[in-house]
Amino acid sequence: MYVAVKGGETAVNNSRELVAKTRRGPETIPEITPEQIENQLGLAVDRVMAEGALYDRKAAVRAIRQSQGDLVEAGFLVRAFRTTLKRFGNSKPVNTEKMKVLRRISGAFKDIPGGQILGPTYDYTHRLIDFEDEPDHPQSLPEDQGTIEPMVTEYEASMPRVLDLLIQQGLMNPGSGELIGEKTEDLTRQPLKLPAKRNIRLQALARGDEGFLLGSAYSLQRGFGLDRHPFLGELRVGYVEVMVTPPELGFEIKVGEIKVTECFMISRNNGTRQSLPGFENGYGLVFGQNERKAMSISLLDRSLQNSEKDDDGKYPARSQEFILSHSDNVESSGFVQHLKLPHYVDFQSELVSIRNLRKKYRKNRKNPENR
Amino acid sequence: MTGPGQEMPLLRVMNLSKFYGKTVGCHEISFELGKGEVIGIVGESGSGKSTLLECIAGRLGATNGSVFFNSSHGFLDLCRTDEVLLRKIIRSETGFVTQNSVDGLRMTISAGGNIGERLMANGMRHYGQIRKIARQWLETVEIDVKRMDDLPSTFSGGMQQRLQIAANLVTDPRIILMDEPTSGLDVSVQARLMDVLRKLVAGLNLSMILVTHDLAVARLLSHRLYVMKDGRIVESGLSDQILDDPREPYTQLLVSSILKP
Amino acid sequence: MMSHTYNFAYLDEQSKKMIRRSILKAIAVPGFQVPFGGREMPLPYGWGTGGIQLTAALLGQADVLKVIDQGSDDTVNAVSIKDFFRKTARVRTTENTPEATLIQTRHRIPETPLKEGQIMVYQVPIPEPLQFIEPRRPETLKMHAFEEYGVMYVKLYEDISKHGRIVTAFDYPALVHGRYIMSPSPIPKFDNPKLHQSPALHLFGAGREKRIYAVPPYTDVVSLDFEDYPFEQETWEQSCAICGSSVSFLDEIITDDKGSRLFVCSDTEYCRNNGKKEGL
Repeated sequence: MYVAVKGGETAVNNSRELVAKTRRGPETIPEITPEQIENQLGLAVDRVMAEGALYDRKAAVRAIRQSQGDLVEAGFLVRAFRTTLKRFGNSKPVNTEKMKVLRRISGAFKDIPGGQILGPTYDYTHRLIDFEDEPDHPQSLPEDQGTIEPMVTEYEASMPRVLDLLIQQGLMNPGSGELIGEKTEDLTRQPLKLPAKRNIRLQALARGDEGFLLGSAYSLQRGFGLDRHPFLGELRVGYVEVMVTPPELGFEIKVGEIKVTECFMISRNNGTRQSLPGFENGYGLVFGQNERKAMSISLLDRSLQNSEKDDDGKYPARSQEFILSHSDNVESSGFVQHLKLPHYVDFQSELVSIRNLRKKYRKNRKNPENR
Repeated sequence: MTGPGQEMPLLRVMNLSKFYGKTVGCHEISFELGKGEVIGIVGESGSGKSTLLECIAGRLGATNGSVFFNSSHGFLDLCRTDEVLLRKIIRSETGFVTQNSVDGLRMTISAGGNIGERLMANGMRHYGQIRKIARQWLETVEIDVKRMDDLPSTFSGGMQQRLQIAANLVTDPRIILMDEPTSGLDVSVQARLMDVLRKLVAGLNLSMILVTHDLAVARLLSHRLYVMKDGRIVESGLSDQILDDPREPYTQLLVSSILKP
Repeated sequence: MMSHTYNFAYLDEQSKKMIRRSILKAIAVPGFQVPFGGREMPLPYGWGTGGIQLTAALLGQADVLKVIDQGSDDTVNAVSIKDFFRKTARVRTTENTPEATLIQTRHRIPETPLKEGQIMVYQVPIPEPLQFIEPRRPETLKMHAFEEYGVMYVKLYEDISKHGRIVTAFDYPALVHGRYIMSPSPIPKFDNPKLHQSPALHLFGAGREKRIYAVPPYTDVVSLDFEDYPFEQETWEQSCAICGSSVSFLDEIITDDKGSRLFVCSDTEYCRNNGKKEGL
């Protein structure tokens, strides 16, 4: 006699215990500490902050540990945490011109005021996995010099942004003053509406999945939506101040410093009979040191700008709907994985339907009928 | 122009203009269309005739002017009608046959489905009835009814155009607008299409505006002609008169460039 | 890091107010998809965040909550969500349908008829009934606004011309209050008639797509069909192997490796009670 299966609750609790045990691993091995993650896996922390859309290193560190290094899962943890936080206002737009620069390069120019500063990057390493335990193995990173100190800059025009230099020379339009400020829309408080304005697009891209944005940007470079070679105007990584004007005080105070990566991409615009030839820019800004993501964002910023009027069905990376609706990995991971949930009732409906169709098909084959 | 005591025209276009910045699409176009009349709008590419047609159809917003249409809701200026009513009227009382069938048909829906869509959009809910009507229309436009469940992508260009015409006429619209119906088709295919149209115009007393650069098509189907150049009407009159005895130099140029057999 | 205490039912009061405003709008326009500022929840998108946000916004201390998935109170998703609300709201939970004031469900409507005053909250993965015909949102917005549903019927027409019948088995589109076509969530079409003129309030939440819609009590909900091809529910030759019911939705269970099959009620609570009634 068939008895309906019960005990789902017990099974779920056991599963939770099991994953907690798996995460911890053997007790004989010391548990990984938050300090270790924060200081030695800093780029993972940066990514989780960016996709979690919350600049909170400690939360990101704990999320990484709690999810066994699954960074998409960690980002989800951070987002869920973010939901519970109270919002007490908007800051001023961060002034990247006054950034305490760790790294600053330009591909478009050989030299720029303030210089090309290579900073800490894997770009010049040889990708050889270090199997030795020697900390100073010749093929790994250069000798450890303690924590990297940012280059403190004099703010008066010593490291101007290449973007501003080009605007000064009239080669680039200053843009329509799209600064993120008091009255901007907040993508986290209202659903996405298409077509989306630039500030919303950039918000969505900043928290989007790095892999998805990277692949999409790659498709542009390979010709699926771009017909010219873009140039890296400037990439800078460093610390910027976060300034807030609390209503109780009535004046501006600094609430902290965050590390950001800012990228700006240049592409040519041949102009038309009515408009002057010049250059256009694509912009990307992201939490932490996240260069490939900032660059991907800047390429997509460019391609999605042009698609404001016409939705190019041919090239996904030019379609706002395609990119912005699918870039959030909390959404995509959830929905793709939800297929693991029981769907047996729906499937039962499908079975009934298919069986009926098969009956009809076999009947038709025996007696071909007029319709 | 209609005089006092006469019926309202089916369509009255008044000073219709469309500008793209400083570029002229069409400028100060005025004319009338009566019930059962076929008007041809001819000119070379770039003359603005397609732009004019799209403005009349409500598919493009005009910059200035009016398009008065004798609809079931009254004599309305389509350029100033609210969008909900406008779309309703366009859906059931006007037809628009595009130059490229791919733009005017659903290529992933069967021929029968394409014809039936307008009926279903207007509330018809009887499958058998929809199929009956679709079958009748396929016969009228000379498409083999056995192809009712085939996709338009399996049809030839001429068949696709005829299917488009059927899909538009199925709700018995008051006016039908055609944008270069024969372009891209072989000469023999064109002839077939022209034949079907001629029969429809005569049999159904269709009111039609036909945009074409092909003067032979214009002569065959239209009662009156408007010649356009650079966005303006340069000459107008009865089709035969214009084509046999063109007054304006531009019209003469057009007429003389038809290769005579 | 400081310890975190959560508000009643997890969401902060501002978020709850925002969701309630959206619910009221949805009730005012039956079947219309109201966009709302959905939040990330501790369960993933696709796993019921829309339903959870609705429930969180509506729950009060006096409520009695029932959560089902695939018709059963004991499936993993239902258990997880019930657990979530027990922890964050400490409300009473029940498996007894008539006792519940709020029922959150995934993919089924209970067999036991609902009463006035009860609220059904549905978890919706894809709120847009036109999604697979027209995936572009700006287009579907226009289609709903201008009541241009021709393509929806064309799809049903195509089904009949190809297969001799409408093949949609679940998430079967329905016309609400004579105006908006809605997706009733992936309930089997068997359950659609339960929405028509129901005494209960039915709320639909799509967390990932960030939309809420509603069927107020005693509203017309008519599944789309043709006059000569009317809407049909699923039927089985068998009846429930446990309680003997021949009127409920049955799950098919494969019992051995030779392919033997058993059919049992999908609604486990209904099955238990019906079994008792039949003296089984």
